[in-house]
Amino acid sequence: MVVVDNLHVVYRVYGSGADKGTAATALLRVVKRQRRPSIREVHAIRGISFVAYKGDAVGVIGRNGSGKSTLLRAIAGLLPAEVGMVYTLGDAALLGVNAALLDNLTGERNVILGCLAMGMSPQTVKERYQSIVDFSGVGDFINLAMKTYSTGMGSRLRFAIASAKDQDILLVDEALATGDAEFRVKSHQRIDELREHAGTVFLVAHNLNEIEETCNKVIWLEKGRIVQAGENVLEIIDAYLAATGGEPRVREPRDPVTGSSR
Amino acid sequence: MRESCVIQLRIWPAYGLTDHKLTAVTNRGRLSAPGELTGPGSLDGGPGHLRDSGSQDNGGPATAGAAVLTPEPGEVYLGGAGLPAGEPLSEYARRHNLAPASARPSALKYLRSLWQRRQFISGFATASNVAMYSEARLGQLWQVLTPLLNAAVYFLIFGVLLGINRGVPGYIPFLVTGIFVFNFTQRSCMTSSVVMRQNLPLIRALPFPRGCLPLGYVIIELQQLVLSFAVLFVIILAYGEPLTWYWLLIFPILTLQTLFNVGCAFILARWGAGFDDVSQLLPFIIRTWFYASGVIFSISTTLALIPGKVLYNHPHLAYLLQINPAAVYITLIRNALLQDQRTSMPGYHPYNAVRCAMYGNPGKFHIPSDVFASKVIYYSSYCHPVVSTTALWGYAAAWAVVAVVAGFFFFWRAETRYGRG
Repeated sequence: MVVVDNLHVVYRVYGSGADKGTAATALLRVVKRQRRPSIREVHAIRGISFVAYKGDAVGVIGRNGSGKSTLLRAIAGLLPAEVGMVYTLGDAALLGVNAALLDNLTGERNVILGCLAMGMSPQTVKERYQSIVDFSGVGDFINLAMKTYSTGMGSRLRFAIASAKDQDILLVDEALATGDAEFRVKSHQRIDELREHAGTVFLVAHNLNEIEETCNKVIWLEKGRIVQAGENVLEIIDAYLAATGGEPRVREPRDPVTGSSR
Repeated sequence: MRESCVIQLRIWPAYGLTDHKLTAVTNRGRLSAPGELTGPGSLDGGPGHLRDSGSQDNGGPATAGAAVLTPEPGEVYLGGAGLPAGEPLSEYARRHNLAPASARPSALKYLRSLWQRRQFISGFATASNVAMYSEARLGQLWQVLTPLLNAAVYFLIFGVLLGINRGVPGYIPFLVTGIFVFNFTQRSCMTSSVVMRQNLPLIRALPFPRGCLPLGYVIIELQQLVLSFAVLFVIILAYGEPLTWYWLLIFPILTLQTLFNVGCAFILARWGAGFDDVSQLLPFIIRTWFYASGVIFSISTTLALIPGKVLYNHPHLAYLLQINPAAVYITLIRNALLQDQRTSMPGYHPYNAVRCAMYGNPGKFHIPSDVFASKVIYYSSYCHPVVSTTALWGYAAAWAVVAVVAGFFFFWRAETRYGRG
């Protein structure tokens, strides 16, 4: 369960181009006790409040730079809030696109260490090891260093590891985008399972199909604010597409029970 | 200002059979729910409940870089039927036992969670140790080759080229022991100053107590130390060092040194997590420390006992150098392993002014250099020690406890900030 209370997040970005970048200017700055002129503040989240309950799968949509990833990282407790607060029940695991775990180690080591890090006992890890590897579908590559994996394989294994424990909160930031069709089905099932175990799942994806299939609620962000949010997933997606100039979606007339009240 | 804060309600007609109950709550209380009120209690509180009461009148859009952020009266989305009207979200969260996402566990709880992750820490250390040499053709052989080459370099410079003993009996075993013991602390500090930035992906992906990482890096160095000591034993035995029960003393000493290293690792891990400056500066600090800790010369004899040396005239400085943690652990290990060091340690024999003076100034007594090298060199043991062996043990324990306790609390206080940026 996640409560986000009037959240504001401000990034301080170092090293933008304003500085000449020589040793002399750096020294002058230290002597004058100035802050680095190249620090820029980016107000990424501007006052968001919502409550997501156990068993919710919340899709987060919006244009690039609208604050989707920032929101997820704030929920994971990785970004300090400038104003407001995020409250969570339980641990949060954040899966990003380029979050390779331990690059130099084999997939096998990554599975074992990742599970141990999340607090599983060695006994449990041994029991679940095979199912994690099977789920990830990386096959024989499990014995190779993770840096040799393709992007898709890496994200499959990471998802398999992070979702092996029944996480209270799973934050998926485009991590499924590189998976193939088979993996999408599997991860979709796994997310449903997590929700049944009273977990809360957040999903950032540009593939709106994925959101439609997986999520029962959706938040549309624009410039750090919520434009629309609610359980009427399909309408918000349509409105989002209309606003961003995307092609209107053509949907098969679907069974209302399975279609939207998951 | 109030007028500018338009409360927007975007309740969209249900799609299909969706039964969605959306509650929008502002700081003026509940506004509405689609169609129905959720229960008789839902109007409790009413508009009297204000959130962010301090900044009510500062409405309007907050801009980037503004010194004071101005929270706007917001809407609560996805609130659902369970959210009572008027209740501040923070109250609601507290009532449901929710904790701030970036809350720090209590120190005791943190310690317990570290202990609970011990398998992860050791597994992480072993795996990283193996992976460290995975790109080298000689592979794991480097674990033994590195200390061997290290010793070979110093043997070449000091044993062969310079051929000096610097007033120390059994100089090569003395030197190699010092280097290997110092190396343990040095590498623990250097690697832990980058540990948080090196493992950022892991930190960001999985929830676990971050203290596991510096701990793991110290374990890596401990594993390397075991191999270095195997090499060391071969070297000093080859130099004719007798195998005695004193050797067992290395276990308590290395335990204390490991604790000290853990403390340093915690501190440097936190410093290094923030900015790269620490790992840039560290090599210089460590090199100064290396020369100040008596790795290549003996503080207690050659520097403190010979007239004319700076430390002879400043016993307080000699004292400070000798109680510095690296010097303490190095001296204790040397005394445990090397008989020559044990028996030439000042204070080993009852004080004898003449013999002590003969060690400090052989020229005055017309002692030929070959006699000095074979016999008088041990006369340092008749001098007064600047720091006694008992005191050394006291300092060894004190440094270990102080470092590990201070380091733990220092690291723990920033637990929620690692992985940010």
